[in-house]
Amino acid sequence: MSSLRKATLWSGRLAVLSTVLLLSACARPEAPGTIRDPYESRNRQIHEANKSLDRGVFRPVSTAYGKSVPRPVRTGVSNFASNLSLPGAMINSLLQFRPGDAVQNGTRFLINTTVGLGGIFDPATRMGATKVDTDFGETLYVWGMREGAYVEFPVLGPMTERAMVGRAVDFAMNPLRPLANSEERNVMTGTGVLRGADARYENSDLVDSVLYESADSYAQSRQIYLDSRRHKLSRNQETDYFDPYEDPYEDPNAQ
Amino acid sequence: MKTPMPSKPVLAPTRRNLLLTGLAAGAALAVSGLTPGRALALTTEEASRLIDSVVGDINSAINSGGSEAQMFSKFERIFARYADVSVIARSVLGVAARQASSAQLSAFTDAFQGYIARKYGRRFREFVGGDIKVNQARQVKNFYEVKSTALLRGQSPVEVVFLVSDRSGSNKFFNIFIEGVNMLASERTEIGALLDKRRGDIGALTRDLRSLG
Repeated sequence: MSSLRKATLWSGRLAVLSTVLLLSACARPEAPGTIRDPYESRNRQIHEANKSLDRGVFRPVSTAYGKSVPRPVRTGVSNFASNLSLPGAMINSLLQFRPGDAVQNGTRFLINTTVGLGGIFDPATRMGATKVDTDFGETLYVWGMREGAYVEFPVLGPMTERAMVGRAVDFAMNPLRPLANSEERNVMTGTGVLRGADARYENSDLVDSVLYESADSYAQSRQIYLDSRRHKLSRNQETDYFDPYEDPYEDPNAQ
Repeated sequence: MKTPMPSKPVLAPTRRNLLLTGLAAGAALAVSGLTPGRALALTTEEASRLIDSVVGDINSAINSGGSEAQMFSKFERIFARYADVSVIARSVLGVAARQASSAQLSAFTDAFQGYIARKYGRRFREFVGGDIKVNQARQVKNFYEVKSTALLRGQSPVEVVFLVSDRSGSNKFFNIFIEGVNMLASERTEIGALLDKRRGDIGALTRDLRSLG
């Protein structure tokens, strides 16, 4: 790659980073456990579009993938894609001042890339180096940025504003992207999509029940996304439980 | 006009006094903090033991190899026995529960029990062949948090948290979190939406709930 291209890439990244810092400085505080959804009507429109996309494309494609490709092959593809996300995760762990996590993912990357034949197999988990799943959204959380409003994003689905900025930065800062040629980049994108299809297929009962069987699939997806995202960020340490014995009529989301 | 100030106020707190009061208050807090179980009849061990039984029954239900209908009726029995169904039902109904007659409320609670057993039975059914283990229990506010892990074949472990209280008169759980996803809050959202669709008619909701979940 030419040094000029490298320079533009890096200046682009710096621009993204400074925007992020600016945003985190302006973020408004909010109470824990609450739902902030000022864009609800637009979010609902996008939700309906996402549902049609799932019904028309993503669900049938992932079902076909799940039914035609044997599970060990699908797992291998997903492992490969997951392995490629590790260098980015390591950078985030370091930015979060969690060097232990970075070392764990680094060890995992070394083992699975070599012994695991390029990441297709996952011997690292059995050796104790399980994956520490993290992203730039979590880095922003550690740095003190507020969650922001809930947004449902076209194709990508439920997110918070903070997670959305995180996704963009993770994409721009992926250390493997500048190292790969265009064909390798296509492989990265393709296996990433297949990993998503595999997850959709393996969890289809749950996803279908939320999207197609609940009375208000938008509100239900929002609830589930925010619960699990906050749970992940708090690293299973929440204590802010709603107590129905105090006031059984109160809304658990509006305490 | 200036208020005359005594050169050495007798009652005004001095730095030393403040320090002493602070220490005393701290000590009082520490003492009350050391005996958190005092006000509660339920103990951490009892909360943990309750969930041990719940988890034991769930494990035997999911690995019994019966039909879906048999499994659901097992889950309904587990729910009726170990969960505080009436507080859960009232909480998911919210303000609508306050306006309902006691007959309406008990009919709703009965229908809700079957609905929730089917719905969560289906979730727990995904743990087939797996095993749930209780890890730790601790007091939070005036109830207990019991953490367990569902160990599944070929998948990463799933965290299941139960909240246990004795304020119904006996030891019962009143909320479940599967990987942080809160049963009470999700059902509040779901039941609220179902009720809105029926223009707030609890009778209609109760009828329909018997075939939902």
